Amino acid sequence: MSYILSTLIFIPLLGAVALLFMNKKSTGLIKGWAFAGAMVNLAMSLPLWWQFESANPGMQFVEKMAWVPSLGINYHLGIDGISILLVLLTTFLSVICIMASFTVDKRIKEYMFFFLFLETGMIGALTSLDLFLFYIFWEVMLIPMYFLIGVWGGKDRIYAAVKFFIFTMVGSLLMLVAILVLYFMNINAGNEATFSIIELYNLNLAPNAQFWLFAAFCLAFAIKVPMFPVHTWLADAHTQAPTAGSVILAGVLLKMGTYGFLRFAMPLFPNAVEQFTPFMMTLAVIGIIYGALVAMVQKDIKRLVAYSSVSHLGYVMLGIFALNAQGVVGGLYQSLNHGISTGALFLLVGVIYERRHTRMISDFGGIAKVMPCYAAIFMIIMMSSIGLPGLNGFVGEFLIMLGAFMASKVAAAFAASGVILAAAYMLWMYRRVFFGELDKEENKELKDLNGLEWAYLLPMVFFAFWMGVYPASFLNKMEPTIEQWLVQVEQKRVACAELGEQSKSLAMILNEDAD
Amino acid sequence: MNFQLSDLATLTPHMVLVGTALLVLMVEAFGHGNRRPEATWISLLGIVIAAATTGMVCHENSVGFSGMLAADGYTAFFYVIIYVVGALTMLISADYLKSERREHGEYHALVLLAMVGMMLMAGATHLMLFFLALETMSIAIYALEGVESCFKYFLLGAFASGFMLYGIALVYASVGTTQIHAIMEQLATVKGIGESPLLLAGVALIAVGFLFKVAAFPFHSWTPDVYQGAPTSVTAFMATGVKAAVFAAFFRIFTIAFPATAPIMTSAFWVIAVATMTMGNFAAIAQTDLKRMLAYSSIAHAGYLMVGIITATPEAGVGMLFYLLTYAFMNIGAFACIIMVSKQGEGRTNLDDLSGLGFKYPLLGAALTIFMFSMAGLPPTAGFIGKFLLFKAAINEGYIWLAVLGVLNSAASVYFYLRVIVYLYFKPRPEDAPTGLRAGSAITIATAIAVGVILVLGVLPGAVVRLAEAAVTVF
Repeated sequence: MSYILSTLIFIPLLGAVALLFMNKKSTGLIKGWAFAGAMVNLAMSLPLWWQFESANPGMQFVEKMAWVPSLGINYHLGIDGISILLVLLTTFLSVICIMASFTVDKRIKEYMFFFLFLETGMIGALTSLDLFLFYIFWEVMLIPMYFLIGVWGGKDRIYAAVKFFIFTMVGSLLMLVAILVLYFMNINAGNEATFSIIELYNLNLAPNAQFWLFAAFCLAFAIKVPMFPVHTWLADAHTQAPTAGSVILAGVLLKMGTYGFLRFAMPLFPNAVEQFTPFMMTLAVIGIIYGALVAMVQKDIKRLVAYSSVSHLGYVMLGIFALNAQGVVGGLYQSLNHGISTGALFLLVGVIYERRHTRMISDFGGIAKVMPCYAAIFMIIMMSSIGLPGLNGFVGEFLIMLGAFMASKVAAAFAASGVILAAAYMLWMYRRVFFGELDKEENKELKDLNGLEWAYLLPMVFFAFWMGVYPASFLNKMEPTIEQWLVQVEQKRVACAELGEQSKSLAMILNEDAD
Repeated sequence: MNFQLSDLATLTPHMVLVGTALLVLMVEAFGHGNRRPEATWISLLGIVIAAATTGMVCHENSVGFSGMLAADGYTAFFYVIIYVVGALTMLISADYLKSERREHGEYHALVLLAMVGMMLMAGATHLMLFFLALETMSIAIYALEGVESCFKYFLLGAFASGFMLYGIALVYASVGTTQIHAIMEQLATVKGIGESPLLLAGVALIAVGFLFKVAAFPFHSWTPDVYQGAPTSVTAFMATGVKAAVFAAFFRIFTIAFPATAPIMTSAFWVIAVATMTMGNFAAIAQTDLKRMLAYSSIAHAGYLMVGIITATPEAGVGMLFYLLTYAFMNIGAFACIIMVSKQGEGRTNLDDLSGLGFKYPLLGAALTIFMFSMAGLPPTAGFIGKFLLFKAAINEGYIWLAVLGVLNSAASVYFYLRVIVYLYFKPRPEDAPTGLRAGSAITIATAIAVGVILVLGVLPGAVVRLAEAAVTVF
């Protein structure tokens, strides 16, 4: 058994705990330590990339230990083609975020503590194969993010932090009830008590029994994604969060939602997915267009990027619910792209905010003249976000549109309009910020990118190109898993459909067999 | 009725505690000066000795005094909870009483005697013994409180005791016994007696008494005033000890004696449980005083625990045992933090007083944060495992809606628990804020223990869950 995943989970936690014992005045040591911790974790995660057997669609690097044996709870980890790249994205973005946080001047020790703690939660959630363990990590992620927004955020940070927390809590608590119902349905079917997702995949439930269970999982993940109409926490959280908080929120935390659909909600309840698909696709398309339209009218650059996230995640959901190889692979690929391009956009917004302490579009204009390198990088990243061929966004969007077109031509047609809108709001914003007259006095003295900013922006640009020019190196890793995933979902759907509708409610089934 | 010497042995822990109480009173009477710091340590020693004897007297399914007092695993588990509550109360009281200049031995003696009442309640398998134990506990608690809250609690409590006694009388009138196993047999053998109005009225009145003592809706109105008015250490003791003891008896009596009335009582309890948690949580949101907020939160917790009473399976018993044990740690811990923050002689403990405290006193801030997360039921704390086990039991019996309403309540409660953290960390410390904490060594130790237990049980609940599972084999 390899312990590489446990190592990835616990290195940041150990690093975070060690930080607590450092003198808060030695900021250099604290920054260095946190950076080293994240770097070590990134280095430790690289073997995953090489040792991962791309052709093997199953779980790899599996670890399993009994945790609470009487309840069938295990410490069970593993990754497959769905999660490996998300784990790598997490370790990569954590390093970038910690570099981008070197300029934080307030309570750096606690800041770095929460950041490393957050990394533990994220990697844990992405690698858990036990629903109980997953739930723990899923909730644990909330705590550091809550503090990052609440302590280091902007003016309305308290409102944003609480809203973020409660929205997510409502969804995840209902999911907890669904997890327990599923657990007992599995026991009542004559199986051993288990929270293992691998074993629960084999439980065939009648289609109408799946409906409410899927609804509960779906709500939890849809809030996290976030899908229209439960997206309202996102704009506040993003706008108020510190730069690195926004990056990690967009880059990884939102992906937890799409990951949850792929790992849990959809393979567990395929018949409910079938029923929900038109509804979910409609919401996804509404999200794409609505997010883009709202982004267009924003005055604050960061808020604009936040709403563009709603639009982008709409594409991801559209691809996933197309339920064909192109759509699902595209959705997963777009999740990664969004982590790179939107993450980088938030970093870029942070760069200008640190110089001017404002993010209002109207406060800028013509700054390409004083910050040419910044303008160039911004242009590349913006193009990757819009989906210019040759950059990463194009590959994901193209695959999604292909998949969506095969599933529903109407949805694809509407979604395509979102691409045009994306170009509109991004380019319009870019023109107002970077071109035109350099008429504000304060902007005339702006300095171009410094060394640190280059250091954390260049890797992002590098990936934007790599993922755009040679996507095969990434797609190879995910395709076998997704193909098997689709087969599994379809087989299970057929098997469950044969069971027919059951006449009893969930409560009656549980109650009866318990007696 | 015949007594054997072995019956007396089952009372060893109780006798140790009573003996300690008498010793403390003697020290108070004959010692020099009028301050008694040693009373704390004597009491703690007494609790430790009582705890050590518990293992010897509690066996599987053993019942003493002609079926009046159980000494089984279930009882032993509650004894442990009560020892924990008692010991932590002693620790957090030491510095508090000193700074409030109330360092009298009577305080410790009353806490010890109340513990004896609680323990007898947890062990009672006979309605009369249960009632006597309830009164022993209540009278000691009345005496521990301040004048105003004492009077309020006493008047209403006496009223509730009256209901309880009247209910016991009606039950006796319909089944002819007050031993709970005998009641169960009567109800099982005599046909139709389960639906007799006399019995149902009796059971309902007993339930009213219980609901009053656990502060369930609509019998909760005394709670905020009494919790706020009482000395903080007494509030901590009441909120955890009384709740544990009453729920111990509530669960045992209703699961063993009255399952025949369950079809009728359960639907009433269902409504009461949901109303209790909802009322408690939503009223807590509106509070600005910490002690009042925790009072309403304790009402909400009573609502969650009612889920265990409704489900009434051994599995639910496991959930309740775990929940009450962890509740003791997190709630006393939270009150300990309040004691440390509050000023001498000041009854009010406003949320504003916490502003910016988390960064000024990092350990206090971290402790209070962990207590709040645990009460809100967030992993990786013990509070999450407790709620998880309770709702798991409910879902296993098909109470899905109850679980859904329960978790939605939990989500609502997050708002006011988080608000404490908002004040601790997100608000700046006012320039003119007074500094200094009332943190002596004893209260610091108590808080550290509570934090440690909550985190350990949150991550490694297995051992305690196994103990609880062994404890509920009597049902």
